[in-house]
Amino acid sequence: MQLRRDLVEAMVEHARRDHPDEACGILAGPEGSGRVERFIPMLNAARSPTYFEFDPTEWLKVHRELSANDEEVVVIYHSHTATPAYPSVTDVRKAGEFAQLLPSPHYVLVSTRDPDEHELRSYTIVDGVITSEPVDIIDPEVSTEV
Amino acid sequence: MAVTVSIPTILRTHTGGEKSVAASGTTLAEVIDDLEANHGGLKARLVKEGTLHRFVNVYVNDEDVRFAGGLEAKVSDGDTVTILPAVAGGAELAPAMSSTSVEASARRAGG
Repeated sequence: MQLRRDLVEAMVEHARRDHPDEACGILAGPEGSGRVERFIPMLNAARSPTYFEFDPTEWLKVHRELSANDEEVVVIYHSHTATPAYPSVTDVRKAGEFAQLLPSPHYVLVSTRDPDEHELRSYTIVDGVITSEPVDIIDPEVSTEV
Repeated sequence: MAVTVSIPTILRTHTGGEKSVAASGTTLAEVIDDLEANHGGLKARLVKEGTLHRFVNVYVNDEDVRFAGGLEAKVSDGDTVTILPAVAGGAELAPAMSSTSVEASARRAGG
């Protein structure tokens, strides 16, 4: 999937800032476009190094904003702070549950276990099956030329 | 009591594509039963064995019903009910090791 460099940097920065707790959030785009245009960091209501959940109050506010702008969730991102950027059993189980209301987003994982080098990967998780997808980082200035 | 229920995109197959529908009831449970009467199939997507699915967030206006009695949460004329997925995850359990089914991953994690 294509991700703008500034959005990638924003996710990594958020993950670093909340380390050692997990960070989570959304990349949103125009409904039906599959495109990502907006970075929305979310509070991790669990404030945990091994778990995240969207804060229900903030999520309602964000949902209303997305709905008013005809935008939708394209990517759900979160960090792993001591393990690789690969979906855990918890990730797969939870994705399978909330997919009943939020079908097939892309899942971006950022690992901050190494203080210097982050790992960032994207997946789909459909019916319990994890599929890795290449992340193509684009620079907006040159993206039309490529 | 007439309320407006905001329906997530994926559940709009039950509402003929409508983003929000009217329903009536004095509690969330009654509203969901009324929804089911007019838009069959919705209830099972929200409720199991008399409680809300744990992956469902339901709000009456701005209030998360988890803190307002769950299915027994009171609703009043003109209220808005919103249904959202409870988004969660995390490294809590060991990473799944390969791109296989969750069952296989769970077996491995359990072993």
